[in-house]
Amino acid sequence: MSNTITGAEALMRSLEHEGVDTLFGYPGGAIMPTYDALYDHKDTLHHILVRHEQGAVHAAQGYARVSGRVGTAIVTSGPGAMNTITGIADAMMDSTPVVVICGQVGAAMLGTDAFQEVDVIGVTQPITKWAYQIRRPEDIAWAVSRAFFIARSGRPGPVVLDFTKNAQTGMVDYQPARVDFIRSYDPVPVPTDDTIRRAAMMINQSVKPLVLVGQGVELAGAHEELKALLEKAQMPAGCTLLGLSALPTDHPLNMGMLGMHGNLAPNVMTNQCDLLIAIGMRFDDRVTGNIDTYARQAKIIHFDIDPSEINKNVKCTLSVVGDCKDTLRRVTELVDAATHKAWIDGFAPYKEKENHKVVEPAIHPKEGDLRMGEVVRRVSELTENKAVLVTDVGQNQMFGCKYFQYTLPHSVITSGGCGTMGFGIPAAIGACFGAPDRTVCMFAGDGGLQMTLQEFGTIMEYGVPVKMILLNNNFLGNVRQWQYMFFNRRYSFTPMTNPDFCQVASAYGIPSRTVTRREELDEAIREMIATPGAFLLQCGVMEEDNVLPMTPPGSNVDEMLLEIN
Amino acid sequence: MENTKYQAVECGDCNTCGKCFNKVQDGTLYTILIYSENQAGILNQITAVFTRRQVNIESLNVCASSTPGVHKYTITCFCQEEMAKMLTKQIEKKIDVLQARYYTTDQIFTIEVALVKISTPVMLQDQRVNLIIRDLGARIVEVNPTYAIVEKKGRTEEILQLYERLNAVGAVLQFVRSGHIAVTKSTVEQLDRYLERRQQNR
Repeated sequence: MSNTITGAEALMRSLEHEGVDTLFGYPGGAIMPTYDALYDHKDTLHHILVRHEQGAVHAAQGYARVSGRVGTAIVTSGPGAMNTITGIADAMMDSTPVVVICGQVGAAMLGTDAFQEVDVIGVTQPITKWAYQIRRPEDIAWAVSRAFFIARSGRPGPVVLDFTKNAQTGMVDYQPARVDFIRSYDPVPVPTDDTIRRAAMMINQSVKPLVLVGQGVELAGAHEELKALLEKAQMPAGCTLLGLSALPTDHPLNMGMLGMHGNLAPNVMTNQCDLLIAIGMRFDDRVTGNIDTYARQAKIIHFDIDPSEINKNVKCTLSVVGDCKDTLRRVTELVDAATHKAWIDGFAPYKEKENHKVVEPAIHPKEGDLRMGEVVRRVSELTENKAVLVTDVGQNQMFGCKYFQYTLPHSVITSGGCGTMGFGIPAAIGACFGAPDRTVCMFAGDGGLQMTLQEFGTIMEYGVPVKMILLNNNFLGNVRQWQYMFFNRRYSFTPMTNPDFCQVASAYGIPSRTVTRREELDEAIREMIATPGAFLLQCGVMEEDNVLPMTPPGSNVDEMLLEIN
Repeated sequence: MENTKYQAVECGDCNTCGKCFNKVQDGTLYTILIYSENQAGILNQITAVFTRRQVNIESLNVCASSTPGVHKYTITCFCQEEMAKMLTKQIEKKIDVLQARYYTTDQIFTIEVALVKISTPVMLQDQRVNLIIRDLGARIVEVNPTYAIVEKKGRTEEILQLYERLNAVGAVLQFVRSGHIAVTKSTVEQLDRYLERRQQNR
């Protein structure tokens, strides 16, 4: 029997063949044949109509980050494709597996400046793991399979498929394809036994080891392997922003967050350890501060799956290039049990100092306005520290990530490398679809919320049960803090006149509540959690609160400010 | 040797005279040899790696390699070794790139070809033109009453010397260099080895 179908239908079957069940998208002219085919696949390919294409990619990112699966977005050509750029760049920076399928004008029209024609491949090549234009229906099965293989394998990342209209409407004798080998692409290098032995030897010889835990551990699903290594050798660890839920917050060896707004102890100890063991992290400048003084006293072992990360920012003594689920297990077998008690005890004074000066006043303030830190901590506690945290970008993100507590993997979804304001709402929508059995709490500021506010429409239409906590200080708070600290307190365009957010929510049928008083906070959070479906909790917080501690830009990693003069 | 810096000869300041081909460069001349699948758009991806890190490409040559379906890129640039390492890693990261390696000039056999279009009347009037051509081992491959075409293959310094000396006597109408082409001096064929290893892992 002939299996001749349209290219659009072939795309549907290829997506199903890849196990896709959720698509975030927005139709338009050049992708209409595909949307027509989708009409017959509504039962298997659950399509979520977002309100802006940027939201489609962020939702796909949220879906991917929480589920570990590839997120899929589908949009039209020209402006539709261009609106996805921010999300694609964000996914590239944060190693998030997404496949973005864009419509494109017919192959015969390419290069003629046809209506809604943009050189999508040219634009997206630098910000994707792979970008490919499908010009013939015969290429669909192969290209889709290759796209998903590339997106999810090795160091994950975004892939763009630019799908010309003639390839959608043309007929093809469809045969499913399965790409799992590309000779020019070795997604998972395997280090030699000798490398593993040297790593174990360095760990065994170390008196003051410090482990840096990155998102690579989450992506590899190496949570247990990490714990096994840490516990056997009793090594303290700090987590990067994206690696925060790779190790439970209350694990005795978890010393907190690394970086500019991280915790004092792991940052200070970075410049005191004798061995730095970096796992699935890339020494971002927000983690290292002044790179010239960063961990100069220490030997460094860098575990990463991406060879191009080795020696990119920080020179290492030994690199272990491979899947850390495998490499950590192999190293742990050769590592001696140890205690490192004196070294671990050395973290306590810094932790106490930070607790006293920064943490306690932030999460248990006695008086004054509501603070972001206390809101975050209470939301975390009242969801039994089991919720998925999604944040926007800015102070809400730093307070959110720092004061939320994590007991489960895949619990932090935040825009790290790109720092994309507007990420929060759509990413949280995606997270709700990616983990329907988990509570998703999204923190945003009044600035970022308004960047993708239209996605309230998506929440309304699909009844997305996202718990949104708006930390409203009527400021672009993070920029304001920098203006305060580094620009003589000249608040250049950071104060904001805001709408009544509860009325906006109400227009979309989203229940909401405003809280400004400490005494009402718990009850308001409980109401948010107990209310079925979406909820907007607007917290009127201290206008000029500051994220602390802080390593000012260009300062050494151990020069953290605990207060601002 | 080509590892040394090129010197500007026209005015000493390449940003102003606009005539110098040989800018004063920091670092060593590295030749980066890249092998990729024959797919559209890869050259774009490769050059973008240089652009993003503000490294100027001195010369670039792309052609089919001895392996069917595999393209070879020969790119030269001045940079520090750290940068050469980073460039090759970032290039190799591209999905359809098979291999990227950097070499100093002593590790490869390299050659360049140049064509100089000169004025026939000047050549006939000025004895020095022929002397320069013979002196530098170049050859005339075409002559007509208006112009002659001089071909020179060899090292970059010799080619630049030919251009500079012909230009000094006012003979040059056009000048073009092919860019370096290079093969490694190593007795091991790295690409074959890579392809064998990948085939075994399949």
